[in-house]
Amino acid sequence: MLQEQTLQVKVNKSFAKKLSGALGDKVAKVLMQTVALFILALLFLMVYLLFEMSLEAIKEFGFGFLVSTQWDPIMEEFSALPFFYGTLVTSILALLIAAPISVMVAIFITDILPAKLGQVLGLFVEMIAAIPSIVFGLWGLFFLAPIVREQITPLLKSILGFLPLFQGPSFGIGVLTASIILAIMILPTITSISREVFKSVPQHQKEAALALGATREEMIRLAVLRPSFSGITGAIVLGFGRALGETMAVAMVIGNSSRISASLFAPGATMSSVIANEYAEASAGLHLSSLCYVGLLLFLVTLVVNSSARFIVWKFSPLARSARKDKRA
Amino acid sequence: MNQFKLRKLRNKLFIASLSIAAIVCLTPLIMVTSFMLQKGASSLDLDFFTKLPVPVGETGGGMLHAIIGTVYMVTLGSLIAVPLGLIGGIYLSEYGKGGISKALRLATDVMTGIPSIIIGIFAYILLVVPFKSFSALSGAVALAIIILPVVIRSSEEILKLVPKHIREAGLALGLPRWKVILFIIVRGNLSALFTGIMLAIARASGETAPLLFTAFGNMYLSYSPMEPMASLPVQIYTYAISPFEDWQRQSWAGAFVLIILVIGVNLGARFLLNPKALRDFFRRSSS
Repeated sequence: MLQEQTLQVKVNKSFAKKLSGALGDKVAKVLMQTVALFILALLFLMVYLLFEMSLEAIKEFGFGFLVSTQWDPIMEEFSALPFFYGTLVTSILALLIAAPISVMVAIFITDILPAKLGQVLGLFVEMIAAIPSIVFGLWGLFFLAPIVREQITPLLKSILGFLPLFQGPSFGIGVLTASIILAIMILPTITSISREVFKSVPQHQKEAALALGATREEMIRLAVLRPSFSGITGAIVLGFGRALGETMAVAMVIGNSSRISASLFAPGATMSSVIANEYAEASAGLHLSSLCYVGLLLFLVTLVVNSSARFIVWKFSPLARSARKDKRA
Repeated sequence: MNQFKLRKLRNKLFIASLSIAAIVCLTPLIMVTSFMLQKGASSLDLDFFTKLPVPVGETGGGMLHAIIGTVYMVTLGSLIAVPLGLIGGIYLSEYGKGGISKALRLATDVMTGIPSIIIGIFAYILLVVPFKSFSALSGAVALAIIILPVVIRSSEEILKLVPKHIREAGLALGLPRWKVILFIIVRGNLSALFTGIMLAIARASGETAPLLFTAFGNMYLSYSPMEPMASLPVQIYTYAISPFEDWQRQSWAGAFVLIILVIGVNLGARFLLNPKALRDFFRRSSS
């Protein structure tokens, strides 16, 4: 009896020893690989389910989904074009506003301000990213929209009123307001990536420029901006990707109209805002399926934009290229 | 000489325009915060935290159910996502060379870029359609998918910074690899890992889009994972687009609470959990 017990203990001990050694390593590795495969499977499942759900609409409309301009849940006619257009216009406008400001702020932080002050400013900029989208939406609805209606619109009309972009009445909520909010929301994205890019410029290059008698401005232009051109492009494209998918803030201030209008003051809708507004209420199969189709298109567009941003940074950045060369050497 | 003056002038103009850009960049942050302080804080009262909504038309009531709902779903979502994310991140940093890890890295990048509304659709198809009801569980799963890639990314970045010789020292002592990983590498970087996790959770707790048609929201207190559940962001949205003044007032108050919660967790994760960052900041730059 006693012997049996000791034997048992011995077996257990050796098993424990094995577990803590080579066997344990194997178990750990297999566990990690399982988790990794599970996450991969999750992503595939996501794309597959999205595709399956939109199959009905794909069969019904095919590629005409991107050509016709009707979105009418009652008549069961659906087309993504108005939303595609809205997404594109708001995102591009947001980039036009945000890109120059964020690149300048990034330079200001890395190359002009003393390190500590730069850190503080950087932290504040990152706090913009921490503010939830819904709070921006709320602010846009009750604070920004009246300002756009009463101050920005008359100003733009008086200067640029001859363009069709700046004609027509303004209700405060519309494409322009949505773009301004989007611009604010992508500022921190572009700023923080540009900061990383500027930081990777070797110090000695900057010092060389200064030693040749360049002013700060010339040094930044020659030694910082030129080699990081592709990095900045990548940052801007990533900001674009972020703007494409932004939902709540836009849904609250864009006005949700599925009509394409040339004026920036008119209400519109984006791909994400139409999903947010109609999905919970969509009862008919085709309506739901069309919304999923819009979602699938949005997914593909953001995928292409994000991967091209990565590609640009990876492929064309001279800094990254020299780093790769160093690695090989 | 003239040329020289011109260059100096250009330099000054350049720096001035950079400062203006910085001010323009900070203006919205200041405006949003002051708007929230002004409208939100003044709309806030004790009822907001302790009462449930009252029927339409009556004034008063609060958002207790939404606060509880947000905490409930974010906790549930983190319980799903954090272990998976940590394991994924450890795998990427420790076994980051094989085919699976390359695929996982790519998948993480893709998942980070997916708009949150699409994650909402996914959770809807996965859990709302089969059970035929909006549910807190589907909301939590949607939040988990948002947290997951962020945790993977941040833990990979953190663990990659651990110098190689520390791993080698552990292995040289005869420890098996999993013990080195668990008791030396992870153990030694717990606070940094935790910071990454908290930042991810802070981000997820402000998300509205993935909850709109998964957890959906309701007007009473619910603890069941299979029923619709209110959350702070969705409640703010519903109230904000409603025509009732008292509801709009409450939505400002809700936004104020949400912003304090999110920014509080964010800053807390950066500094309190990571006292070194704070110390480094206040140390003189010469040292």
